[in-house]
Amino acid sequence: MTILVLAEHDNKSVRKATLNTVAAAQKIGGGIHVLVAGHDCAAAAKAAAQIAGVAKVLHADAPQLDDEIAENVAALIVSLAKGYTHILAPATSNGKNVLPRAAALLDCQQISDIVSIEGPDTFVRPIYAGNALATVKSSDPIRVITVRTTGFDAVAAAGGSAAVETIAAPADSGLSKFVGREVARSERPELTSARAVVSGGRGMGSGENFKILEPLADRLKAAMGASRAAVDAGFVPNDWQVGQTGKIVAPELYVAVGISGAIQHLAGMKDSRVIVAINKDEEAPIFQVADYGIVGDLFQIVPTLVEELKEQELKK
Amino acid sequence: MKVLVAVKRVVDFNVKVRVKADGSGVETANVKMSMNPFDEIALEEAVRLKEAGAASEIVAVSCGVAACQETLRTALAIGADRAILVQTDAELQPLAVAKLLKSIALKEAPRLVIMGKQAIDDDSNQTGQMLAALLGWSQATFASKVKMDKDSAEVTREVDGGLDTISVRLPAVVTTDLRLNEPRYVTLPNIMKAKKKPFETLTPEALGVDVKPRLATLKVVEPAKRKAGIKVADARALVDKLRNEAKVI
Repeated sequence: MTILVLAEHDNKSVRKATLNTVAAAQKIGGGIHVLVAGHDCAAAAKAAAQIAGVAKVLHADAPQLDDEIAENVAALIVSLAKGYTHILAPATSNGKNVLPRAAALLDCQQISDIVSIEGPDTFVRPIYAGNALATVKSSDPIRVITVRTTGFDAVAAAGGSAAVETIAAPADSGLSKFVGREVARSERPELTSARAVVSGGRGMGSGENFKILEPLADRLKAAMGASRAAVDAGFVPNDWQVGQTGKIVAPELYVAVGISGAIQHLAGMKDSRVIVAINKDEEAPIFQVADYGIVGDLFQIVPTLVEELKEQELKK
Repeated sequence: MKVLVAVKRVVDFNVKVRVKADGSGVETANVKMSMNPFDEIALEEAVRLKEAGAASEIVAVSCGVAACQETLRTALAIGADRAILVQTDAELQPLAVAKLLKSIALKEAPRLVIMGKQAIDDDSNQTGQMLAALLGWSQATFASKVKMDKDSAEVTREVDGGLDTISVRLPAVVTTDLRLNEPRYVTLPNIMKAKKKPFETLTPEALGVDVKPRLATLKVVEPAKRKAGIKVADARALVDKLRNEAKVI
């Protein structure tokens, strides 16, 4: 068995999601090759070669592979596919965009968002916003899989010494052109890999009010997130959304502030190790999953919490 | 310009689903079913394109059991001009649906196919990308803004890092994200009007598509429940718990 892993990277370095996906590949077992497809991405390919457990890195470098253009990256994956029993990508927006296209071209039924592995052809994946877990067995010759990163502990980013093989890129399909990107700039940790996450919901009342969560996030070295309601209301940008159709997170500590706990939000955070909820409605469903809850006015509780954390810090 | 919209009948998003006792799946008998919310957004977008003069005809398609007729009637009431049901009792997985939609797309020759980015039942997030692949068309997934041009569409996509904008050549497949629009409510006069709109029923066999599932579902279980926690009085008590009990700070 040989497994191809599509790396998630920014041309310069590999993102953590790649490490979780390699971990899933290790659970399946067999040789692991990592595909780094991008433009001017030699540094990312070099970083991929350091990942523990990787046997080979395939480095495809061309302008048409930049910016995650699905048509071109899928064509590349298809051109490589016949050497592999499994093709894996993290279930990031890029993996979800590219991999089903490759799967269809290979006439394979993709298995989305796996959270555990029962065997080389049998996988567990959440359905219905995580309210059920389905065990499915694939009858396809190549198993094309996206991996829910929170389901697998990352392998070490260093310690490996894989060979890097440069491979040719397919010609530009000409179907899609990248126009531009609005990148959310933040000094905070990235939402899906942060140790702690502070999220706000509709109860925040406005985008302006999210500012009161910042000192809390600072104290906890947390990423900031939001419920769908808060994003739909325009309080914060879309890439903050945690939930069934947003980001799936499983930090050590998740603090839900002014979030009622709709099913689709819980789907994105209920695997967090410790959940704290602050909400004025004591009947809010978020309290059913929270380890610790405070019922009350978030605008009073959050600043006091920040003060308490500061005090604790001083005592240390 | 003709627009094809694919809609799926799913368990209503407000229903708390229950896993069947025999572990074979999720209880769907006597459960409220609705149009997949993302597909509703897709349909709304098509209707808006038509209202803006960018689309001339909207064809709604659904694949599945006879009851998908209701979903398509809703689609007609929202503003689709006609509907096609590919009727089958067989289990349909995304690749099979993409193949069915491909054969419809080849017959109908739309310039644009719009559908939800994922269905809220199986959460696969595959069909649109697969359809684009099988047709050799461009794809624009997770759309939060669509701007039509003569031979191309400019689509803003919700991605992990923020927003990407791409320009795709037509014909194209677009899948919708939550913020693309807010679907309208269906009105009674439109429900009445929908009853008179053309409705065609086909089968996978007639379309020559093999829909045999590639994934066998071995079992479906409920995930481990988190045990309910405790309420603490104030911030001080919380910090104490986080520090000394949960040891997370």
